[in-house]
This record gives sequence, C-alpha cells and structure tokens, in this order.
Amino acid sequence: MTQANQDKDDFISPEAESYSAAAEVGFVRKRRTRFERGWIELKKAPLSALFGLTVICIYMFIALFAPIIAPYGEADVFPTPYGPWSPEHWFGTDQIGRDVWTRLIYGARNTMGIALVTTLLSFIIGGGLGLVAAINRSWLDQFLSRAVDVLMAIPSLIFALMLLSIFGSTVSSLIVIIAVLDSTRVFRLTRSVAVNVVVMDYVEAARLRGEGIGWIMRREILPNIMPPLVAEFGLRFCFVFLTIAALSFLGVGIQPPTADWGSMVRENASLIQFAQYDLTAALTPLLPAAAIALLTVAVNFVVDWFLHKTSGLRDEH
Amino acid sequence: MHPVLATVLQRLGLGLLTLFVVSIIIFSSIELLPGDFGEAVLGQAATEDTVAAFRKELGLDQPAWKRYIDWVAAVAQGDLGTSFSGRSSSGVDRSREVIELIAPRLENTLFLAAYAALISVPLALFLGITAALYRNSIYDRAVNAATLTTISTPEFFVAYILILLLASLNPIFPSLANITMDTPFLERVYRTALPALTLTLVIVAHMMRMTRAAIINLLASPYIEMARLKGVSRSKVILKHALPNAWAPIATVIAFNLAYLVVGVVVVEVVFVYPGIGQLMVDAVTTRDIPVVQACALIFAATYIILNLIADIIGIITNPRLLHPR
Amino acid sequence: MNTENENPPSRKGDLILEMRNVHIDGFSDERWHEIVKGVDLTLKRGEVLGLIGESGAGKSTLGLAAMGFARPGCKITGGSIMFDGIDLVKASEDEKRRLWGSRIAYVAQSAAAAFNPAHRLVEQTVESTIDHGIQGEEAAMKDAVELYRSLQLPNPEEIGFRYPHQVSGGQLQRVMTAMAMSARPDLIIFDEPTTALDVTTQVEVLKAMRDIVDKYDTAAIYITHDLAVVAQMADKIKVLRYGEEVEEAPTRQMLEKPEQPYTRSLWAVRSLEKPEDISDDIILSIRHVDAAYSDVKVLHDVSINLPRGRTVAVVGESGSGKSTTARVITGLLPPLAGEVTFKGTPLPSRLKDRTKEQLQKIQMIYQMADTAMNPRQTVEVIIGRPLTFYLGLSGRAREKRVIELLEMIELDESFMDRLPGELSGGQKQRICIARALAAEPEIIICDEVTSALDQIVQEGILKLLLRLQKELNISYLFITHDIATVRAISDEIVVMFQGKVIEQGPKTEVLEPPYPEYTELLLSSVPEMDPDWLSNLTELEQAAK
Repeated sequence: MTQANQDKDDFISPEAESYSAAAEVGFVRKRRTRFERGWIELKKAPLSALFGLTVICIYMFIALFAPIIAPYGEADVFPTPYGPWSPEHWFGTDQIGRDVWTRLIYGARNTMGIALVTTLLSFIIGGGLGLVAAINRSWLDQFLSRAVDVLMAIPSLIFALMLLSIFGSTVSSLIVIIAVLDSTRVFRLTRSVAVNVVVMDYVEAARLRGEGIGWIMRREILPNIMPPLVAEFGLRFCFVFLTIAALSFLGVGIQPPTADWGSMVRENASLIQFAQYDLTAALTPLLPAAAIALLTVAVNFVVDWFLHKTSGLRDEH
Repeated sequence: MHPVLATVLQRLGLGLLTLFVVSIIIFSSIELLPGDFGEAVLGQAATEDTVAAFRKELGLDQPAWKRYIDWVAAVAQGDLGTSFSGRSSSGVDRSREVIELIAPRLENTLFLAAYAALISVPLALFLGITAALYRNSIYDRAVNAATLTTISTPEFFVAYILILLLASLNPIFPSLANITMDTPFLERVYRTALPALTLTLVIVAHMMRMTRAAIINLLASPYIEMARLKGVSRSKVILKHALPNAWAPIATVIAFNLAYLVVGVVVVEVVFVYPGIGQLMVDAVTTRDIPVVQACALIFAATYIILNLIADIIGIITNPRLLHPR
Repeated sequence: MNTENENPPSRKGDLILEMRNVHIDGFSDERWHEIVKGVDLTLKRGEVLGLIGESGAGKSTLGLAAMGFARPGCKITGGSIMFDGIDLVKASEDEKRRLWGSRIAYVAQSAAAAFNPAHRLVEQTVESTIDHGIQGEEAAMKDAVELYRSLQLPNPEEIGFRYPHQVSGGQLQRVMTAMAMSARPDLIIFDEPTTALDVTTQVEVLKAMRDIVDKYDTAAIYITHDLAVVAQMADKIKVLRYGEEVEEAPTRQMLEKPEQPYTRSLWAVRSLEKPEDISDDIILSIRHVDAAYSDVKVLHDVSINLPRGRTVAVVGESGSGKSTTARVITGLLPPLAGEVTFKGTPLPSRLKDRTKEQLQKIQMIYQMADTAMNPRQTVEVIIGRPLTFYLGLSGRAREKRVIELLEMIELDESFMDRLPGELSGGQKQRICIARALAAEPEIIICDEVTSALDQIVQEGILKLLLRLQKELNISYLFITHDIATVRAISDEIVVMFQGKVIEQGPKTEVLEPPYPEYTELLLSSVPEMDPDWLSNLTELEQAAK
C-alpha cells in the first residue's frame, strides 16, 4: 500500500473525467544527496542508536590515535606489579607492572583491528561464494552448501580451538581460522538473501536483455542485498570480536606482549578476590571486559536501528 | 513407508553422514601437523629412535585411510588413543589413555550443563512466551533490553561480575568451583552455583529472545486470527491453536541453546577452574596435545549434531502435513 | 431463491448492524494514518451488502470493524458500531467474544492459511458452536455434515475428518463457509473469499455461498474488488475509496446508472473493446512445442502463430501452461521438442545462444511491475539501460531518448530520477512498457500485465498498449486469465488447458458458439456484470441435467 496514494487524495477530480497517469502520484520528491539523507535519519534516530554511534566513534578515535593518547608505551614495565589506582597509573598496573590504562588503549587498537580484518576477510570469502552459489544454483551451489552445512555442524569455538592447536596461536593463523569458520555464516546469509533477489523479475529481465553475469551481480543483485549484509557485518563483527576475546581469555588467542582485552581479563582475574580490601583493584580485570561489552552493546544498538530502518524501507516498496 | 518415518530416517542418515565427515575433518587435523612435531612433543633432546618409535605408534608409517579406519574402529570401542603429554625425550612413556582423562571430566561437564539447563530452559520459555503474549508492554521492553545487553556481553564478564558480587564482596558462594569425584551431590550443587548461574544468564537471554520471536511469528498466523474471530477464549487460542504448532519452533530453540550451552561451558569452566572437559580441551590446545583435542572436539561436535538432529525430528513428528499425508 | 434475489424481500426487516461515522487508524512508517475516514453503514436482517473498492480503500478494515475487531496495528478511533443493540466499540473483549462465532462470523480470504494445520476440519467447523454452548458435540457434528452437504462438498460424511492440507482450495473455502454458518449467525463477513481461486472454481464457491446465505436468511457483508462477483452476491453495493464512501445504491441501480465518475471508471475497462483485425503476415510461430520442468511435462504439442502488428491473447487458468509458453519463446526454458521461428528463421532454443538482435526484437512485460524493476535503479537507468545496451546511446542522446519514451507512455521528464518505490502501480507498469519500447522490439510478450492493477488503472494501460500498437506496429502475445481484458485487446485468441492448446482463432469466432467443452466452461464461469448471471447459469445447468 503506497502511502502516497492516500495522501494525495484525488488524482481524478470529480469534474474532469480525463485521466492522467502522471498525476497518479502527484508529489515529486526532492532528491537529496546521500549525506543529507543520512543527516536527516540521524536526527530522527532513537537514543540507543545515538548512544551506540557515539561509543563506536570514541572507540575508533582511541584505536586510531592510541600512541598519542596512551601515557606510556604498550610494553613498558614499571617496578610495582599489581599497583593500585593512582595519578601516575589511573587504573593501576598489571601482574608484571605494566600500566593498565595504556594497555587498555592499545588493546582497543589490537582487539578491534584484528576483529575488523577477520570480519572483512570472512565477508570476502563467504559473501563472494554466497553470491556465486545463489546465481549459479547448480552442482557448485550444492557442493558449497553441503560443505558449509558440515562445517557449521562443529561448534565454531571448538573448531577454532582444534585448528589453533594445530597451527599455533599466531595473529595470522587466528585471523584466517576465524575468518574461514565465520565465513560459513556469511555464506548462508548472502546466499539466502541473494537467492530471493535472483528470482526477481528484474533479474530475469536483465538476463533476457542479454546482460553478462558481472552486470547482474554488481548492478542488479548487490545493491539489493546490501542492507541485510551491512547489518550482518555489524553482528558478525561482534561475534568475531567476542570469539577472539574469548580465545585470548582462554590463553590461545592473541599472545603477549601484545595488549589485548581478552588476555588482560585473564591476567588480572585473581585481583577480584581482593574486592573486600580494595574495590578499585578488583575492578581492574573487569575494565577490559566492560570495554568489550560496551562496544558489542553499542554495535548491537546501531544494527537494531539500521535493521529497523531498512526493513521499514522495504515495506514502502 | 509412512512419510514421517521416511523423513526421520532421511534426517538420521544425514546426521550420520555429517558425523562421518566431521570425524574425517577431526582426524585429518593430525595430518596437518608440521613435520617436526615429534620433537616438539618429546622435547629437543629426543633421539631419532624415540621419534621414529613415536611416529610408528601414531601409525604415521601407514597410509591415511587405514589409520582413519583404525581410529574410527578404536573410537567406536571407546578407545580415544593416548595423550601426548607425559612423554619425554628419553623414551620413558608416562602418558595416559585419553579416555581416562576425559571420562570423569565429561561427567562433570554434563553435570554442570544439566544444572544450567534445568534452570534456564523453563525460565527462558516462561519469559519468552509471556513477553510474546504481552508484547510491547513495559514488561516486554524491560526483558528485551536486559537480554539484549546480556547477549552482547562476553561470558567471562558475566562470570566475573557474579564472582565480584556473590563471592568476593558478599561471600555467599565459592568463587572457584572445586569438585572431586567424591564431592557429595548437595555440595556439588552449592560449589557449582556460580558457573551454573553464569551459563543460565547467558542462555536465558538467547533463548528467551528466540522463543519470543517464534511465538510472535506464530500468533501472527491467519488461523490464530480466525480462532479469535470464532470467539475462542484467549487461553484456548494459546493451548489449542498455537501450542500444537509451536513444538517445532520451540524444540529448535531449545536444541540450539543446549548446543550453545555445550560450547559455553568451555569459557565458564576456565573462569571457575572447574574440572570439566572444556578446561581439559583448552589445556590440551595450549600444550598441543592433539589426541586429547581430537577426542574433545569429537565429543562436542557429536553432542551438537545430535541435539540439532533431535530438534529436527521433533519438528518432523509434530508436523501435521507429514503426520497425515494426502 | 431467484425471486428473493430480484426484489428485496419483505421479511428482511429490522436493522441488524448500524455503523455511524466510523474512523479507523493504522500504524505504518512510524506514525498513525487514518485508513477509514468516517464511514456509515447499515444492514438489515437477511440483507447482503457488497463492499467494493481497490487496494488500500479500507474495505477489509471496515469489514472487520463490523465485528468490532481491529487487526494489530489498527485501532478504531471514533464512531459507533451497533450490532443488534450492542455497541461493539464500547463492548469488552469478553462481550465481543460471545458474539464472535455465534452471532457474527467471518470468512477469510485465504482458506489455506486460515485453517489451523494441526486439527481436523470438522473439529474446527464445530468449535465455536460447542464453545458457545449452542449445540452438543454430537448434534454439532451431525449439523456440520448437513452443512457440508448443502454446500455441495464431495463426501460430506467423510471430508470433515481430513486435515486442511488434504483438500483443495475451493473445498476449503466452502468448509470455511460451513464453519461460519455452523452457529447460524445473524451476520457473516466474507472477506474476498474467492479472490485466490480460479474462475471455474470460483463459480462453484459463489453458488454455494449464495445459496446458504439465502437459505438461512443471514445478513452478510461481501468484500471484494470484483464488480461482477459482487453483482451476483449483493442486494446493495457500497463503493469505498481511500477510506471514504463514494456512493451506495441497490445493486441494479448501481450497475445501471452509477452516479459518481469514480464508480463509472470502475466499469470502464469492461466496455473497452478492440475491433478485430486479422492478418496472415506471421512474425512469430511456435511449432509443436513440448516442454517440461525437470521431469513434469507441462506443454504438449503447443502451436501458436502471432501475426505482425496484431495481438494474440493466450487465455487459461493457473497451471494451463500459458506462462511456460512465454518462457519457451524467450529462451528461458528450452523445449523438449518443436521450435520457435521468428520471421521464418528458427530461434536458438537457449537464451545463451541467441544473438543480441534476436533478444532485442522480443521484449517482455511482467505481471508484477514491483518486482520487474530494480528498486535501487532510477527510472532513467531502468529505461536507459536497453538504449545503451542495444543501441549504444549514451550521455545527452540517451537522456533525450528516455524523455521521448516517457512522453510516449504519458509521463514526463520529472520522473527521470525517481525510484520505483516512488511510483504508483500504474506508473510502474508504464515504466516497464517504456523499458520494453526502448529496445525497439517487434514483439512484446505481456504476461498478465494488468491483473495486479486496480480496475481504473487497467483501462489506462490497455489503452496505452493499443495506441502504441497502432503507432509502432508492434505484435503482442498477451497472456491473461481475464476475459474482459481479452475482449479489450485481442485480435486472435488461444485457449489453453492443462498444457494443450484447446482452440485458436479470431476473437469473434472463439467468443461465439459453438465452443469446445472447456472453452464453454471457462467462458461461462466468468462472472458478468449482470445480477442475474449466476441465477441464469444455475438454471441453465439444471435444465441441462
């Protein structure tokens, strides 16, 4: 149901019986630039989305300018391990005397950076294959889909643990292993969304016109599956981010001396025992965990809003 | 053959096939090991003889397919191989059977998972169904916001907050879940309260959201509207018209979350130093004790596959279209 | 029965339903819109009101409001709805529940979705009478069988023990009528009950519904967008548009002299008729084509000739193979046997093997203009792409041609940068026509191009197609299930049934007797704008027996 039809009450005036096709939807919407439309949407965004966006921006800023913001070097060691919160060390020092605040800042960079690269890689692999499978729909689709079914039958954390035990816990193997495992989910989503688009008449129309596969993929399908993919990117990023944090927490992810939130929790976990004597010290291991939680909550809020917006758009059509 | 039986058998076959392929993947992991891992396991000082003997023990002198068959045959008889740890360069072998390592820990893990499931499944179903029935109420919004936050939070964060609040600041529960074979049942329940609570919180969040979505989807069906317009009472709409069609989605939700629980235990066991199979696997990964990793992975994967299979089958046997073919 | 329909009978007396100034809001795009804007409606016992309007007119919403029900996302914001002295706007849920299923019943559009898949039909049929304590279980079951019988369901004793997925759509719709009738309600709301059915099935269902409503003297609101259908069912007709009443009158008066121009425009498409023009200059020829989807054979020895500059209408019900024929012509579905020749030379059977020129000369327009255009491309790109692709136009030249094409389809250059979502249904279909024209084709295959459109827009599109044919001498292969459309546009007609061509010939020959059996069934099943049509049909059938 087009709202426009209802708002514009009479395209046939009672007097004149002549019918004008051009007047059916009488209003001409002013075409705005992408930026203008974005700004308008932003102004209408709910509080949770704005909060999410703000948090993400702050995190990105910290990650980009870590060396400038951080008071000390990433691996600088000070004489007092488990030092208390103080003006020199805002959040104290860790088990071998490194400044916790500094490592939190560098941790943003490392944890988010690695998660981002991994997610991108998994989208390149899973998204690409998913598109091909959706268009091809032959033995290739069958093969890929079955293979993904099998890979998804193994819980991904377990699979990751197994592969890490074989290839060792280097950053590159971490990225590749998680990206490949995660790409199965991306493949499924891309394929299922794209399959719905591939059967559309406009894709058939393009095929009947004689268009090549490249045009059909880039111009007919991709623009129409972008919204769910973008939303999925946010969710996959959270998932990857949490997986890497969990692996690091388990001690098989990002290895020291690289600062990383997951392993920081593990390294300082024992401080929690002292909550009754020094609450601030007990909070130290919770800071990186909270940093992780805050980011994922923020991304989820934004994705929720985005999904709401884009699905609303679809209703209009 | 009756279509239900045919479909169930087909699913079972598919499940077995998946398990077969998964076992091949897990088995081949040993193939992917770098060539010098013998030295890595036995230590730098290992002689060529001990390394060769070790390789022979693993059967690396035999073709892969034969080793696979031997391995599967052994696994089927409960023999999961011998751990890599406890070996030394001198050739003295103090290693233990993997099954010995795993059996007691598997029991512990199942205990913890069952503990969490017993609390979380009824709770999540209750919250999910009530939130769906009273959707957009304040109750619904509150439950939704709370669960969205929990979902976005790493398990270990939830765990440490619980430790901080319920063990450290207010020493109600122990922060470490130390149990042994002889710990009496009630003592076990008490000591594992925090890990079980952590898992419950995480699972309830996921499950409640999925249940809510499934029920809302169901309540939007035209036949529910029809039932209301026939003047059927509210409770009867739910019990007679919604519920018979809800088993399949609910079973899927439960299976998915129990499977999730199986994986979730890994992190929680590490946090609470709980002697379960997850902790064992993580340790084995750190020491690259491949036979143990393989065995654990196989157990996790099999549980996962079986749970999903059960959900599938429940979906099939409650589907009226299959139950009453044309 | 016949007489009851002709003169409003005397026993139809007291007012049963009175709706005054009803306002209903619906929630979409994050705000409330008024869907029904102050409509009055009155209904006497035993009277049938036809509620007619196009999509978005608010007729279903109003129909449900007559039960005091608003779908989730809708709310009744004003006015009064009095059912036999009870105000349904103010009534509590419990009060309304006592009425629903006992004194007011509802028949939904899609029977397949409105039956609970988990229960047997008879359990659902008798549920409300038992629940409301009107009948005991045994009596209710017996009565259900009687109702099935009077609705002419096959095996009335046995059919109730089946599950919804085990019976056909037409039968389900009749079972739902039995369900609504089980408590002998005072009022039934029929919400587009035959829209999803094929014409030949529709006739049976309409007959059954009308007979049973007559038999028990039930008041009814019959909601539809099809005038000919409502003419058979209703004593009086109310026309709705954008949530407001256009006019209301007794059926005959409404059909003979509608007062409002909008109502007249609803009639217009049925009066359109193209003078027949026969030609022997065959441009496209389908010869002895067999085709199958995987291993199900759907076309059997199909041969069709399309003359240059003429229209051949392919008529048939769903599953008759008419759309498959189009897929064979375009090369999407290579045939098992037979060939398609274009200007005397065979076309390669597969799309991939055809030359750009062969593709260019045969264009296609689809039923759903919504899905036929990429929602992320502007009108300029949609129309411009064939210009670039086939004719190599670009820049200013392309832009100029796009504007020319827009003018040909009675739109203008202000449409250039609109997205499909910003167009109305009729405009979308026009853009699709322009896209086909851009390729400068000799043949356009039109697959049900007007059936998803509102009546008034259909007329515009058909007129446009006729004008373009005259100007550009294009041939149309026009696939449709609607006889009125066939009259309006075709020179020749092909009747298809179960993958075979039953009859082919000039329009006047096919539409005049003698008919082959199926053509007769098909033609006689199409409701006409004559309130006596259904009655006459029934009489004829009985006489034949």
